Amino acid sequence: MKIYHPFRIAQFVLLWLSLATAAHAQLTIEIIGGGANQVPIAIAPFKGEETLPQKVTAVVAADLVRSGLFRMIDSGGLTAIPAEPAEVQYPVWTARGADALVIGNVSPLPNGYWDVRFRLLDVAKQVQLTGFAYQVTTQQLRSTAHKIADAIYEKLTGDVGVFGTRITYVVKLGTRFELQVADADGYGAQTILASNEPIISPKWSPDGTRLAYVSFERKKPVVYIQSLLTGSRTVVANFKGSNSAPAWSPDGGRLAVVLSKDGNSQIYLIDADGSGVTRLTHAGTIDTEPNFSPDGQWVIFTSDRGGSPQIYRVPVGGGAPERLTFEGGYNVSPRYAPDGKSFVFIQRNAGYFNVAVQDFVSRQTQVLTENGIDESPSFAPNGRIILYATEIGGRGILAAVSSDGRVRQRFSAEIGDAREPAWGPILKGQ
Amino acid sequence: MRKLIFIMAALALLAGCASEGTKEQAGAAVEDRKPAVGEIKPPVAVKPAPDTAPVAKPVVSKPIAVNPLKDPNNILSKRSVYYDYDSAVIKDEFKPLITAHARYLAQHRSAKMVIQGNTDERGSREYNIALGQRRADSVKQMMLLLGAQESQIETVSFGEEKPRAAGKDEASFSENRRSDIVYAGE
Repeated sequence: MKIYHPFRIAQFVLLWLSLATAAHAQLTIEIIGGGANQVPIAIAPFKGEETLPQKVTAVVAADLVRSGLFRMIDSGGLTAIPAEPAEVQYPVWTARGADALVIGNVSPLPNGYWDVRFRLLDVAKQVQLTGFAYQVTTQQLRSTAHKIADAIYEKLTGDVGVFGTRITYVVKLGTRFELQVADADGYGAQTILASNEPIISPKWSPDGTRLAYVSFERKKPVVYIQSLLTGSRTVVANFKGSNSAPAWSPDGGRLAVVLSKDGNSQIYLIDADGSGVTRLTHAGTIDTEPNFSPDGQWVIFTSDRGGSPQIYRVPVGGGAPERLTFEGGYNVSPRYAPDGKSFVFIQRNAGYFNVAVQDFVSRQTQVLTENGIDESPSFAPNGRIILYATEIGGRGILAAVSSDGRVRQRFSAEIGDAREPAWGPILKGQ
Repeated sequence: MRKLIFIMAALALLAGCASEGTKEQAGAAVEDRKPAVGEIKPPVAVKPAPDTAPVAKPVVSKPIAVNPLKDPNNILSKRSVYYDYDSAVIKDEFKPLITAHARYLAQHRSAKMVIQGNTDERGSREYNIALGQRRADSVKQMMLLLGAQESQIETVSFGEEKPRAAGKDEASFSENRRSDIVYAGE
């Protein structure tokens, strides 16, 4: 699918201007394109938030806009800020064209916490669609705003929101490599590992508490797992030869890895503590980039057993692999969609490397990007967005495209090359 | 009696010699079974170092022990094998280099090396790890056929992660499609 949005070029220019001046945020995000049916929504300032270090409604609005599925209706110039449904003058919002309205208030609690509450209102029907109250610390105001955006998104689109999730990626700064974790909006980036040797292929554990990745600090690729809670890390696979391409099983107990210990690069299953290695594929060619199906029954992977790199899948208990891609001479980096019904991968077309999605049932492929040097695609946990790495002007950046190809975003590190992104899971209790 | 003892000792010596000889022969036979030494026949014979060495005039009487691995006049100082795009096929021009290192390993059983496979930046990073591994393995396989031992060689891949040339042009790409030979301790 190729969508040419009339505003893309103008926004592309704006992107570069913002890149040049970006200084405060670690990852700058620009949205290119937009959904076909954007919900017009107004977010009134929350009563009492003007004194907060972090304005809650600004974060909520930015989240919703970034999804491409919402159009912000101006909520300025009000004589009185409505904090309760009874205070809402619906004709005002109808006149401004809003289908939905968000109101709320923030008030301090005696224990130093904040009471944050919001309501999502249907302007036409003049009823409340949803509403929640939270008691949070000042540090939690931003994540609370993401929760509010998730609740609004969920109510109005029917999909699970992913504004409260995190992403990981690698930044290359000269000869230095940093494995970073940031909020899905690029805020609050933290370096969890810095090295003078390359780091690649970070993958989130299903519970979001650990990252598996490949580090070259031992002068060869070795697979590690690092806890995000304690920072401690363990070697999962350091066999003779190369150890790479970790992928978590859905229960978090095992990984698929690629080892060359027995000769050519093949896929093995290994317990997360590094024990119990069993070989999964048996070819004399390259088998790599394994990824588990959400039900844990299959492993999808890249193999050149047919003469060129193509996507295959094999039952996790072993068996004969089934080839899935046939168009083009270079199809790599497959990842299952969260619902297991499709997979995203990189397809080479005329020297370009583009993000594509193939449906398991129809076998139809949609190419979502064009003329790119795209790598490492991964789905957001709601399946609506695909995060990937690309290059602009020789600089590595992260980008995202909605799974229908309509909405695009670009994430840019302040300095250095960003690459190897992976979108984290929705954490339990969120 | 004394004579008898002498004869027995002589017999024992002979027996010892015989068994040693058997061992050596067995060892040689195993070596000979590796067909490569005779059959692969490197297209270009590796010139022994002394042929080129006389150019350097020994001024000092004390002989300088040149490490053949570091001697720029020795083919063993050459460590890189280059490839075509998406290929691990060893081109003819690099076979003398690989042959020389294989012979060095065969003659120095305690020597060990790592062969590091590399790729250009195009395509998937993980696929490139596997492709670099295949490149390193192709060098190793040839060395094994030429008399090196499995335990002497580890092959690893850097994929596209440690490019020698930073450019985005074909010259840089071809420089980065490479296997490097690194001896233990270097």
